[in-house]
Amino acid sequence: MSWTRKDLLAMRDLDAAEITLLIDTAASLQEIASREIKKVPALRGKTIVNLFYEASTRTRTSFEIAGKWLSADVINFSSSGSSTSKGESFVDTAKNIAAMSPDVVVVRHSSSGAAELLARELACGVVNAGDGAHEHPTQALLDLLTIREKKGHLEGLNVAIVGDIAHSRVARSNIHGMRKLGMTVTVAGPPTLIPPFVQELGVKVAYRLEDAIRDVDVIMMLRLQHERMMAAGLIPSLREYARYWGLTLDRLQAHARPDVLIMHPGPVNRGIELSPEVADGPYSLILDQVAKGVAVRMGVLFLLAGSKAGESA
Amino acid sequence: MSARARNAGPLLIRNGRVIDPASGTDGVQDVLIEDGTITRVAATLPLPEQADVVDATGKIVCPGFIDIHVHLREPGHEYKETVATGTRAAAAGGFTAVCCMANTDPVNDNGAVTDYILAKARTEGAVRVYPIGAVTRGLRGEALAELAELAEAGCVAFSDDGKCVMNAALYRHAMEYVLPFGVPVISHAEDTHLARGTSMHEGVVSTELGLAGAPAAAEDVMVARDILLAELTGAHVHIAHLSTAGAVRLVREGKARGVRVTAEVTPHHLVLTEDAVRTYDPNTKMAPPLRSKRDREALVEGLLDGTIDCIATDHAPHALSEKEGEYDQAAFGIVGLETAVAILLDRLVRPGHVPLATLVARMTRDPARLLNLPGGRLTAGAPADLTLLDLDVEHAVEPARFRSKSRNTPFGGWTLRGAPWMTIVGGRVVSP
Repeated sequence: MSWTRKDLLAMRDLDAAEITLLIDTAASLQEIASREIKKVPALRGKTIVNLFYEASTRTRTSFEIAGKWLSADVINFSSSGSSTSKGESFVDTAKNIAAMSPDVVVVRHSSSGAAELLARELACGVVNAGDGAHEHPTQALLDLLTIREKKGHLEGLNVAIVGDIAHSRVARSNIHGMRKLGMTVTVAGPPTLIPPFVQELGVKVAYRLEDAIRDVDVIMMLRLQHERMMAAGLIPSLREYARYWGLTLDRLQAHARPDVLIMHPGPVNRGIELSPEVADGPYSLILDQVAKGVAVRMGVLFLLAGSKAGESA
Repeated sequence: MSARARNAGPLLIRNGRVIDPASGTDGVQDVLIEDGTITRVAATLPLPEQADVVDATGKIVCPGFIDIHVHLREPGHEYKETVATGTRAAAAGGFTAVCCMANTDPVNDNGAVTDYILAKARTEGAVRVYPIGAVTRGLRGEALAELAELAEAGCVAFSDDGKCVMNAALYRHAMEYVLPFGVPVISHAEDTHLARGTSMHEGVVSTELGLAGAPAAAEDVMVARDILLAELTGAHVHIAHLSTAGAVRLVREGKARGVRVTAEVTPHHLVLTEDAVRTYDPNTKMAPPLRSKRDREALVEGLLDGTIDCIATDHAPHALSEKEGEYDQAAFGIVGLETAVAILLDRLVRPGHVPLATLVARMTRDPARLLNLPGGRLTAGAPADLTLLDLDVEHAVEPARFRSKSRNTPFGGWTLRGAPWMTIVGGRVVSP
């Protein structure tokens, strides 16, 4: 099995073997984090552009560290606000960046499909670091790696993804990735936050937190973008959301298995979707996820930009 | 303009297969045109002196096709389209008359704007142009436009197309006010709140793509409302670009109850579905959006059984910069004038889904009847507006060669069989 794609855009595009290759590659690179000198020459002379059109600290930092540990030159381009308000269109920016001959462009954008658009415009590799409510494949890969390290395997595991499924690219990428690897997925949230026909993606739907978390191996809580939800009339109040959908220690211990794992893509709204004692408690894998994030992004960058050079890490 | 300078004398169209649903004609006939009028239609006609001859052997000869829903963008958005370029696109696409929507800048909500459009059409237009006036001032949905003046200036219908008049009381008053004029109100039936912020149809595809979707109900609730208001007022309400199975059912039921409701459908809703959006190509984005396979099938059925009265393109030109970027930020709408006939011939008629005579009826007789337009028939005394078709020619859609100023089509590169072959307006050949 070798990597043949120019880009990493969506988990939906990948087959199980490709996903496993990505996770295995990341797993083999994560020991770099424990070295005294965190640098290997795998991407020496390669240029990686982080093109971030949406505020992001951890994902951008994670890609930046990953590129630097692999010895690539990493350039960050951030633009807050929509591209149209900046005067230069997204497509124009893309063409300008292409003219500087990067090897990989990592893109984060608030519009679904922006990564596909960029990949069509650019001859170099494009990594989707989150496009609108569409996909966030490196998040799903780091989640899968985190779960595999804890459980030793992925196939047959049961996962509940809880919260705002409708607007979540993390949920979509995880649904596709987990289903392809033989995991069972239940999505849960108030009906206004469950996207239409989501069952057709091969998942079960629950409308009560207690039902969703019973007997699952992993609970993945999503961040509630609460300002947007209330303005759109999707939830009545934060108080009510936290009361019915917040994962507290009491509720977890009453309804979930004792060995359940708690994940969250961050940043956490403490006291809303997760109570602090759960976020920081023994069930939580949140910081493991962040650590795996760097390994996964090293793996992705290595496969897209480095493998043809015949070098190994 | 050059086309108008040609063919001023008599014109004999020989040996073509005449299909005229208005008179029930389908057979090989000659057609004689004199002074801009059809003077004789018969099996064999003698060649008058100094007449030009068109050998239409193997071709289809129809009344001129009429598109009752286009955006010519002039005045105000001439970078997208003008009366000159839009009507050339119409001629190239086989249309002899178009009705242009009111969402120009300034809005066609007073007689001066109507006069301007008609003056442009007289001096620069390649085909006949019939303006549609706004229902409300500035399309703001707050107060009635000067509807009587618009009707007097030549508007053939009223519509806030592009926007839905959400205030039912105001819309009711518009319907009542225009009753004496004998022209319909045309509804852009889309609940503003249900459709707000959406880019496509709500369904499993929107869920996968992470794009906000408008449910079919956004259209259905407004179609239902407008049928009820038509019933209340006795007005003729025409529903623009019908796109859902539910709306087809509502119109069918409304007609059966005797309500004066009519409807149109676009070529793109007849041949494409939400699956086309998977590429994130902004040329698949329009309002109403491409719907499900079930909706598409219901639209074809409605076209066949007469629930849907006519086909109209909703030709909506936009500059490349408005249609090449992020999907959710792209403009709504696609051009249609230069692809409609060929797409319909290849995708609906050739596979046998729609009989050729039905297609011709829905693009000639029926739209003319809806808006009381001249034309729509191919008989002695009718205006000499004709569309000739070549059912056999194979060609590829090449947006770079469009006469329209804009290229925003989802059909670029499609290989099609069958196309408009010649367009005649008032006895003059305007295309090719």
